[in-house]
This record gives sequence, C-alpha cells and structure tokens, in this order.
Amino acid sequence: MSNHHDTAIHHVHRDDVGAKMGMWLFLFTEVLLFGGMFLVYAVYRYQYPDQFHYAAMELNTTVGTLNTIILLTSSLTVALAITALQKGNKFLSMLMIFITLVFALMFMVNKYFEWSTKFSHGIYPGSKELLERPNGQILFFGLYYVMTGLHGLHVLVGMFMLSFMLYLIMKNKISSDNYVKLENSGLYWHLVDLIWIFLFPLFYLIQ
Amino acid sequence: MQSKENHNHQTGFGIYIVVWLALLALTSITVTIAGISLGKYTLFIALLIAAIKSALVINIFMHIKFEEKIFKVFLALSGFTLLVIFILTFVDFIYR
Repeated sequence: MSNHHDTAIHHVHRDDVGAKMGMWLFLFTEVLLFGGMFLVYAVYRYQYPDQFHYAAMELNTTVGTLNTIILLTSSLTVALAITALQKGNKFLSMLMIFITLVFALMFMVNKYFEWSTKFSHGIYPGSKELLERPNGQILFFGLYYVMTGLHGLHVLVGMFMLSFMLYLIMKNKISSDNYVKLENSGLYWHLVDLIWIFLFPLFYLIQ
Repeated sequence: MQSKENHNHQTGFGIYIVVWLALLALTSITVTIAGISLGKYTLFIALLIAAIKSALVINIFMHIKFEEKIFKVFLALSGFTLLVIFILTFVDFIYR
C-alpha cells in the first residue's frame, strides 16, 4: 500500500498526445493566418497576371532556390534530432539541432542580402521608385515584403524555440522518454518549411 | 492513473533521408520546369509539385502518417476550411 502511495506521489501526469494536439491546433491558426495572405495574393495575381510576371522577374531565383534547399535540409536535421533523442543519443540530437540553427541563420543572412539589394534598387514599400510603377507591381512587392517578412519572423521565433530546446536537452529536461517539447518545436519548424514550399514557386518561379 | 506517454512511433534515420532527397529532387524539377515556358500550365505544375512536397513534409517529417486518426481529421478539416474560403472568395470576385 505504501509502495502504491509512493508511485502516486512521484508520478507526474503527462499527456503527450494532448500536447501535440494543442500544437497542431496552433499550427492551424498559423495556416489560416498565412492562408489569408495567400488568398490576397491569389486574387491580385488573377487580376494583374502580367504585372506579377514582370515584377517577379526581378527576384533572384538563385537565392530563392538556395534558401529552399537550406530550409528543406534544416527540416531534415530537426527530424533527425528527434529520432536521435528517441534512440538515446543525446549528443547527436544536440548536434542536429545546432546544425538546424546554423541553417536557419544562413537562411536569414541570405534574406538580409536579398532585401538590402532590393532596398538599394529603391524597391521597398512606399518608395518613390515603386510607387511610380503600375498597381500590380506595387501589390506584388507589397505582398512579397509582408509574406516573406512574416515568414522570416517565424524563422526567428523557430530559432529561439530550438535554442531553448537545445538548452533543455543539455539540462536533461528533455530526454529519450520525455521529448514532446522537442517534437512540438520540430512541428513548428516544419510548418515554417511548409509555408516556404508555397512562397518559393509563387514569388520566385513566375517566369 | 492512466497516462498517454511514449505511444510514439519511432521513425528511422533512413526514411527521413529518403524523403529529404525526394524533396530536393522535386525542388530541382520545379525550378527546371519554371524555366520552360508551358503557358497556363506553369502555375498548375508549380502548385502540384508544392502540394506533393507538403504531403511528404506533413506525412513523414510532421509524423501525421503515424498519428492517431483525430490528427488527420483536424488536418483535413483545416485544409477544407481554407479551400472553402478560397472558392467562396473567387466566386465572389469573378461573378461580381
């Protein structure tokens, strides 16, 4: 009887399925947030197909492709980090998360150079150069900055979360039998990747 | 006390690497196709490839394939909601 009492005290109730369900519900609100923007994009692209075409030609496809490869690979390393931890390999898991963070940083650095090149050409929301152009092009670049900007913000949040997970693994707060936090951060990171999978062809690949 | 811990399906390193290679292959296909002029079909093909890539990410990387049914129902419901919003908006926009 006293044994039973002991386990009852030491057993911390956890509901990993519930935690993941909560994360998925949050991800759906994110999908609707970006979905609304994709909707605006779709309507205006339908309205100004030629202007979107001309404006998109100015984006650097090489940088876009490079960032796609970087994000896809970072999704892989996050997935590998979870498997490594499940298998009890703490070091490999931490290494994989660290590599993910490096990829995320590379993505943001590319984004920085991409945006500053556009800025130096005088193309940014509300710039004189841009406002002299036809409406369709103003809308294209407006959507480009808002959507890739919000996506970039998500990359930063993801980096913050993954860094925190790295700390928790180091402190053994996340371990091979308690890793739902890492899984949920991974889900968030995959969503960031998922959104980019659609942003990439819609902005960089209109030829 | 019943708790729902460690019901997780463990995915091997191998399948993740295979999916990653598939995603890279699809990326190079979509970039190559964008260079060829296919007129009206360009957008359709680009979106189709993006859809295949997301299916891979959602099913394998995000583990939906191995989750309980309720997760799939959630996902289908949110996808359906988005679809309805798109259709209604376009019907309104085109027939205005």
